Amino acid sequence: MERDEIKSPVFLRAEGLGYQVDGQVLLSDINFEISAGERIAIFGPSGAGKSTLIRLLNRLDEPVSGTAYLDGQDYREIPSRVLRRRLGMVMQQPNLFPGSVAENIRFGPTTQGENLDDARLKALLSGVDLAGFADRDVAKLSGGEAQRVNLARTLANKPEVLLLDEPTSSLDQAARRDVEETILSVLDSGEVTCILVSHDRAQVLRLADRVLMLEGGKLIADGPVEEVLDAQSMD
Amino acid sequence: MLSRWIDNQILLGAAQAGVTMAAALLVVAVTMRLKLGLKKDILVGLGRGLVQIVAVGFLLTLIFSADLWISIPIILVMIVTAGFITVQRIKSIPNALWISLAGISAGAGLVILVMTILGEIKQDLTSIIPIGSMMVYGAMNANALMLERFHSELASHAGQVEAGLALGAPPEQVVAPYARRAVTAAMIPRINGLQSLGIVWIPGAMSGMLLSGENPAYAGFYQFVVSGSIFVTVGITVLISIVLVRKQVFSKAEQLLIRAEEN
Repeated sequence: MERDEIKSPVFLRAEGLGYQVDGQVLLSDINFEISAGERIAIFGPSGAGKSTLIRLLNRLDEPVSGTAYLDGQDYREIPSRVLRRRLGMVMQQPNLFPGSVAENIRFGPTTQGENLDDARLKALLSGVDLAGFADRDVAKLSGGEAQRVNLARTLANKPEVLLLDEPTSSLDQAARRDVEETILSVLDSGEVTCILVSHDRAQVLRLADRVLMLEGGKLIADGPVEEVLDAQSMD
Repeated sequence: MLSRWIDNQILLGAAQAGVTMAAALLVVAVTMRLKLGLKKDILVGLGRGLVQIVAVGFLLTLIFSADLWISIPIILVMIVTAGFITVQRIKSIPNALWISLAGISAGAGLVILVMTILGEIKQDLTSIIPIGSMMVYGAMNANALMLERFHSELASHAGQVEAGLALGAPPEQVVAPYARRAVTAAMIPRINGLQSLGIVWIPGAMSGMLLSGENPAYAGFYQFVVSGSIFVTVGITVLISIVLVRKQVFSKAEQLLIRAEEN
């Protein structure tokens, strides 16, 4: 069955997700549903479990309880490599591989035995505002440029969901706005569903429609951005 | 000079060891003054080294006249001990003991067996045990170096490894650069050893043969046989260990089990 043929209205569903390390509970009983095309922010203070949750969704860590369903299928039944290409993750640090920008962007498709042609490479680079950067050595990029290459590298896998883990937190103010603009234009140009982890209220307002608010490893609110953030600021 | 005063060979050896120990304690005193934090490790190393090697000396005088098969359990004890010593410093790699035992057994075991069958090691205990011990020792050190380096490479590049995994890459592919570095790090001392053979150092086997009056030219050839065989042992050991350890650092769901170093 082709995955495009049947798509349930709820595209991603977390059911009782929990995680702990060395007996310390980092997340407990997380439940939510996300429809295709939504822009979600996972918001909360440091240590709330935001990055832990997004790592669980990419299955970089294994939940100790509960699970998630992608298009109705338990995500533990999907081979990790397939799942990770469908739920593409952009990490806080670019973590680019030594080599050129083009080599980094081609990495994902190459692992599947596909060749990313020059036209698609160019399109990806201009999509992140880095036209002409293909042959640059990644060691010579600025922080903002590296993070945009990171975004393009993830997009090269054509993910259905984009998981953004604090994508601008390691950048200075100017680069932060640039990367944010790039993310917005990527989201506006496609049908990708987006889950953004952020502790930056203004960024959440700019990039997301709906907020999952975490605190102490628990989901304490889930609703439209302004409603949740307003309620939080009144507390 | 000591031999002028002491006739008994065992007592002479003990006196010579005492002089060496005194010199080593001077080094300990210096390390204490420099606060290197090595005092305990060095003292334990010196104490254990002296007791173990002398005990083995006495044991060998008892068993050198025994049957050849006794070499098998002796080499096995060496291999198992080498495995345990390796994992003392590498606790965070899952199944490091089994990986080490497999690598060291395959490398040292195979080379000792082939050398014995081909007659490159004389088929007597006085040859098999000391030369076998050189193979096991070489395999142990290379295996420890490789595992330690592989672990530290993964811990310091956990972000890149996970970035590769997150892009859907197979674990073997994302760890390949770090596996190569670990194998290289383990092989370099042996390659340096071969390059400097005879110029910078005359190793134990040749020294022993010269001291016991063998033809120096033959001793030279034989030293190359031993050094080359240790190189082969090391190569087999680290290649088997790296293939095994690559899988152990990931869960079944291809999650990295090595935690990133704190920045």
